[in-house]
Amino acid sequence: MSEAALVMALVAQTLRISVPYALAAAGAVFSERSGVVNIALEGILLHGAFFAVVGTHFSGSPAVGLAAAAVGGTLTAALHALVSVTWKGDQIISGLAINIIAFGLTRGGLRVLFHSASNSPRIPGLELAGLERVTGSSPLAAVLADPLFLLALVLLLLALHVLFRTGFGLALRAAGEHPEAAHAAGFCVARLRWTGVLVSGFFAGLGGAWLAFQQHSFTDQMSGGRGYIALAAMIVGKWHPLGAAAACLLFGAAETAQIRLQGSLVPTQLMQMLPFVLTILVLVLWVGRAVAPAAVGEPYDPERDD
Amino acid sequence: MEGAASLRRGLLRGLPLFGALAAALCVGAAIALALGVAPATIGRRLADGILLSPYGWGQVLYKATSLTCTGLAVAVAFRAGLFNIGGEGQAVVGALACALVALAASGLPPLLLLPLALAGAFAGGALWGWIPGWLKARWGTHEVINTIMLNFIALALSNLMITRYLGLPETVRTAEIGAGAVLPRLGDIWPALRGSAVNLGLLVALGAAAALHLFLEHTPAGLRLRAVGAGRRQAELLGIRPGRQIQIAFLLGGGLAGLVGANVVLGYKHYYEDGFSGGIGFLGIAVALLARNAPLAVFPAALLFGFLSQAGFVVNTLLPRELIEILTGVILLTFVAGEHARTRWRRRLGGRRAVRGGGGAA
Repeated sequence: MSEAALVMALVAQTLRISVPYALAAAGAVFSERSGVVNIALEGILLHGAFFAVVGTHFSGSPAVGLAAAAVGGTLTAALHALVSVTWKGDQIISGLAINIIAFGLTRGGLRVLFHSASNSPRIPGLELAGLERVTGSSPLAAVLADPLFLLALVLLLLALHVLFRTGFGLALRAAGEHPEAAHAAGFCVARLRWTGVLVSGFFAGLGGAWLAFQQHSFTDQMSGGRGYIALAAMIVGKWHPLGAAAACLLFGAAETAQIRLQGSLVPTQLMQMLPFVLTILVLVLWVGRAVAPAAVGEPYDPERDD
Repeated sequence: MEGAASLRRGLLRGLPLFGALAAALCVGAAIALALGVAPATIGRRLADGILLSPYGWGQVLYKATSLTCTGLAVAVAFRAGLFNIGGEGQAVVGALACALVALAASGLPPLLLLPLALAGAFAGGALWGWIPGWLKARWGTHEVINTIMLNFIALALSNLMITRYLGLPETVRTAEIGAGAVLPRLGDIWPALRGSAVNLGLLVALGAAAALHLFLEHTPAGLRLRAVGAGRRQAELLGIRPGRQIQIAFLLGGGLAGLVGANVVLGYKHYYEDGFSGGIGFLGIAVALLARNAPLAVFPAALLFGFLSQAGFVVNTLLPRELIEILTGVILLTFVAGEHARTRWRRRLGGRRAVRGGGGAA
């Protein structure tokens, strides 16, 4: 392989790997900016992947699978919003509980629907007809012309616009920064936070679908900690969709290195640790430079008198 | 009047738990019906397999022992205002250290070897727990993400150590520890429990719970730790260094999770096996939550989740065992919601503080 081709292949692989991180992280910006920590990203990714496979398998159409992933992700997030916004429960506990449920539901679902404890049957990928004629055999062009990749790009730009260029985005950020002020200005904090969490679920659900379509199947625990890493990437990206996406490229590059170096002198397990060690190190390096929305993590209760 | 108020408060205290259990029961029954299994069949299976079976209770107690350790690990951090989601990794490193000490010092007499192996379990977990504590105290990075990352790292580390260096060929486990390091099974003492895994590690866990209670409630050091949990800024004004307390809380929490090694390695398997942990760290969060972070309430809460987890095995031929994870999640979600409702109703009923300006819409 020539040098240029190798670089192209590496860039393509990095992009491919970064997509689910970037979708989950950019979505999480909405949730966090509205004031809700979304540890449930891990479970939402898992559900997104699972529903993408179930939808595709039983309908035969990857488009239906994609829609199922988006709906599944949004519904999972709705549970998080119900518990942490409407019922004002602890956001971290709610997120972790949802991750436990997602873990059980997908593994139990594998057994009930596909009679396997580890993986689903193969599903077709999400492809545009005739794409191959346009992109040729270039791996980079194949990623760039992938419909879900394009959708992710559009969503990223849309997220940027909505958050920073619309009145709704301003209100959403106010709900996370100073809920009392948002409330006093006539906004319904609960509704804004619900919206933020649902958007996060929609994005992460699509991220899960990407995982499933890349692998053409669902495997048990296939989210593999990506939801948690996406949350870290969002922090490194300073609660900004573009920053978050850029940080995700870093994690994508690390995972690419991990895959490429497998089977070399370095033990596999050390390579497996790489993304997790990197997350801890990057968070330390970014300390003091990233400031969370002031009211993130606190349920907003207008009745509270203390 | 006084009596009625305290009765109401007592009922309110129990409400989140009963609400959560009722919700779990409903969800469980609904899923069972949807999969075509009559709830009565499951009830009979549970009665025969656990409730009426000393062996079943022994298994529940064995699981509750590990969950007590990871539950205490979460609770002590919580009392200092911290989330310890790293119980899984801390238990893994503690158990590995426990087995290594027991193997390395196998020549010593049991009276020395057992305490040494227990210390190894505590020290291994404490070391792993201290890392996020130090990161938080020194760099201010959030413990939630760091503890989760360290779980993944510990699991990979365990796999690396066992497959490359410590494991017996063709297995994922170490050699057996000597008889001198074994914590006897309760079945050897009380024959009805024979065959079940419950062992004297149970006493270690109960002792740890009592010790943590004494430490938190009856020592100045425990008060300092709780002061940081009540308000970091105020604690600082009292001359308490929060960074130090954060590290102490994580050292203690990690050590307590590490004691899982006593139960699993010294008491049950008699070797370290890669991948033994299976989510006990996460279940520890559920245990601490239901115990409201009170060390003495941790064991009863651990019994509940130990029962659930054993129930998963007992009904496995009827229903996917993963149902238990779903029910655990349901219990958590409804319990945290119930806790909020409780504080609100307490305010409405005129608890410690009068409500200003009357109820109003939620």
